[in-house]
Amino acid sequence: MYPITTEHYIALSAALLLIGTVGVLTRRNIVVILMSIELILNAVNINLVAFSQTWHNLGGQVFAIFVITDAVAEAAVGLGILIALFRNKETVLADEVDLLKW
Amino acid sequence: MKFLDLIWLIPLFPLGGALCMLLFGRRLDPQPASEVAVAAGVEHTHDEHGHHHDHDHPHSHSHDHHHGSPLKVLVSLLCPGMVLISFLLSVGAVWRLAQRADRVYEVKKFTWLAGLPFHMMDGRLATFSADWGFLLDPLSAVMILVVTGIGFLIHVYSTGYMAHDNGYYRFFGYLNLFIFFMLMLVLANNYTLLFVGWEGVGLCSYLLIGFYFQKKSAGDAGKKAFIVNRVGDAGFILGMLLMFSVLGTVRFLDVNAALRGGHFHAETAGFGVLSAMALLFFIGATGKSAQFPLYVWLPDAMEGPTPVSALIHAATMVTAGVYMVARSAALFQLTPQTLNIVAGIGAFTAIFAATIGLVQNDIKRVLAYSTVSQLGYMFLALGVGAYWVAVFHLFTHAFFKALLFLCSGSVIHAMGGEQDMRHMGGLKDKIPITHWSMWIGSVAIAGIPGFAGFFSKDEILWQAYSSPAGSKALWIVGLVTAGLTAFYMWRLMNMTFYGKSRVRPEVAAHIHESPPAMTIPLMLLAVGGVFAGWLGVPGAWGLNERFHGFEHWLEPAFASAATEAAKGGAHDASTEWILMGISVAVAIIGIVAARYFYHHKTTVPDTLEKSLKPLHGLLYNKYYVDQIYDFLFVNGLGKGGGEVLGAFDRNVVDGAVNGAGWLTRFSSRVSMWWDTWIVDGAVRLGSFTVKLLSYPVCILQTGRVQAYALFVVVGVLVFFGYYLAGK
Repeated sequence: MYPITTEHYIALSAALLLIGTVGVLTRRNIVVILMSIELILNAVNINLVAFSQTWHNLGGQVFAIFVITDAVAEAAVGLGILIALFRNKETVLADEVDLLKW
Repeated sequence: MKFLDLIWLIPLFPLGGALCMLLFGRRLDPQPASEVAVAAGVEHTHDEHGHHHDHDHPHSHSHDHHHGSPLKVLVSLLCPGMVLISFLLSVGAVWRLAQRADRVYEVKKFTWLAGLPFHMMDGRLATFSADWGFLLDPLSAVMILVVTGIGFLIHVYSTGYMAHDNGYYRFFGYLNLFIFFMLMLVLANNYTLLFVGWEGVGLCSYLLIGFYFQKKSAGDAGKKAFIVNRVGDAGFILGMLLMFSVLGTVRFLDVNAALRGGHFHAETAGFGVLSAMALLFFIGATGKSAQFPLYVWLPDAMEGPTPVSALIHAATMVTAGVYMVARSAALFQLTPQTLNIVAGIGAFTAIFAATIGLVQNDIKRVLAYSTVSQLGYMFLALGVGAYWVAVFHLFTHAFFKALLFLCSGSVIHAMGGEQDMRHMGGLKDKIPITHWSMWIGSVAIAGIPGFAGFFSKDEILWQAYSSPAGSKALWIVGLVTAGLTAFYMWRLMNMTFYGKSRVRPEVAAHIHESPPAMTIPLMLLAVGGVFAGWLGVPGAWGLNERFHGFEHWLEPAFASAATEAAKGGAHDASTEWILMGISVAVAIIGIVAARYFYHHKTTVPDTLEKSLKPLHGLLYNKYYVDQIYDFLFVNGLGKGGGEVLGAFDRNVVDGAVNGAGWLTRFSSRVSMWWDTWIVDGAVRLGSFTVKLLSYPVCILQTGRVQAYALFVVVGVLVFFGYYLAGK
């Protein structure tokens, strides 16, 4: 049985970041995009916690808690905007919302 | 304070009356304004076609409730009352004046124009000033007595004559205003103030000629009088300015002192600056006193109500020119050349107007031409240097001509507005008081011994003959005029009062004598017409001093000037008797001829008229002077000049304005082009450049959030790659 090392955490984190980034860039549904953003944030969290443990520094964990809080707030605002958008445009697809251009 | 210090009050009473009438009269007048329009028809000339009025009453439009309205009673008391007060004051003032040795009294109330610096002709700097000052001397004493005395009688007459007329208060307001201005004219102590009165009476004349202003002819006549008078007034003003620039003063006493001081000498040789000055004043006088060539307004002035014709256009205002020349006697005496012109114009006007008067059919027109002719006599007297005689004739003429006009008014009143003598005749017994008054007036003007006109006219003829400035030619013209005067007056009398009645039947039934308000003034004036002349009986009669009172009374006014001329002619009593006999004979011939032609052989005038058609046409149409003036001035200078001025206005004045407008438009276009293309162009070019440069960047802004995210990721990767590569 191999011990789970810091490298594993980084690999997981990198995978999550990659998945999240690809999700943000490619998926059309804004709900899914928001979910992808959660993935990215959680990748960050994993990274923070992993290094916190490695270096025995609690700052990383504290920072992770802040990120979670931030993620919650971000999700709430993002979903609120989404509902407002749906009420006006009857769509949740990101590529159909392109009014904000020159 | 002496009584004479109060002479400035004399003009103020009529002014008060006028202000009451003109400011408050309209408010007190019970009748609605629309009814005034009806009054216009009261005194029009009934010609052959326009005679279909209901002649229940001469002024058939009258309304009974107006007749005795309290306002009319008030006006009838107030306005003549004011003039009466002035008259009584005048009598008192003249009485006091007569007790003074020098018989001159001047009152200065306050300075009117002061301190206008002025370069005189000889280079000295003078200050133009004029006062509200009043001068009472024998000349103005005669004038104020005539103006207020006869003015009062005519006011009383008017209360009867105008009783049925609308605009009663307006009429009396103007009449009082006229008396005020006339008194200012004759009481002024300088030319400038005299000119105020001069213009004021002109204004009142205009207002009263145009009293029936709804009638076009009345309005036109008023305008004509006003405009013709302006021509003369221009001469007056220029004369006044010239006088100031030569003498440095316009105050009568200073002017006389300067002219008589020996500094100036009579311009016997040539036509100098004094002659020009005198001539300019005389031009002013020809306008106001209706002398040739400016007499044309006076016959038309008969459009006014008859009392106005009597007061303004016979007795007082038209004699203002005579008064002014007499007032300037010191000046005229130094200018023999101008005096000759004055005498010539006077004599010419006298005979010219008398010939026109021979054939006129309108009773008032005959009297109007008679007035012009008599004024010509006065200027003849002035021209031969016999100033006191001119004033004497002015004085007697005021009586008998006012009398004649008022009688004609009474006739017109009786005839219900008829003025054409061809439709009169045989009125003698129907209106006896009017007839006898008019008879006295006619005898007086014709020059029958014992009546007023004889004395003054005969004195004029004698002076024209005997004065150094006179000549036989002037005497003959005057004599012929005397004959013509007698003729046309007895033609008038015969056509009006004697012979068979030619009155239209619908008028005949209503002929009635005028009310006492009209006949009493007639009788008083008739008394004047008889006795006014006895103040200046011919020297040859040799009566005592009292009978030559007029001449002696006026001596101080004309001082050295006139006495020298008047006494220059040798008082050759036998010649004077002979001339007197001739002139009386001529007058009687005139009367007899008129009686013969228009009473016994009434066919003669018609025969003459037919056989001498061109001559009759010439006279009847007043020598076509009006037509000539129309052609020359009204149409020629007026219309032609108007067209020239119109063309000038259209092309030059409007052209300048339009050009300026066009220039503004043009420059604004240039400015607009500059603004659009250059200023805006620069701004747009800047913005266009920015826009152009921003275009590549703009296309990156798709509006899609995911595209932006992609850029972020790519950017991160690029930086990351760069970082790794750099390691």
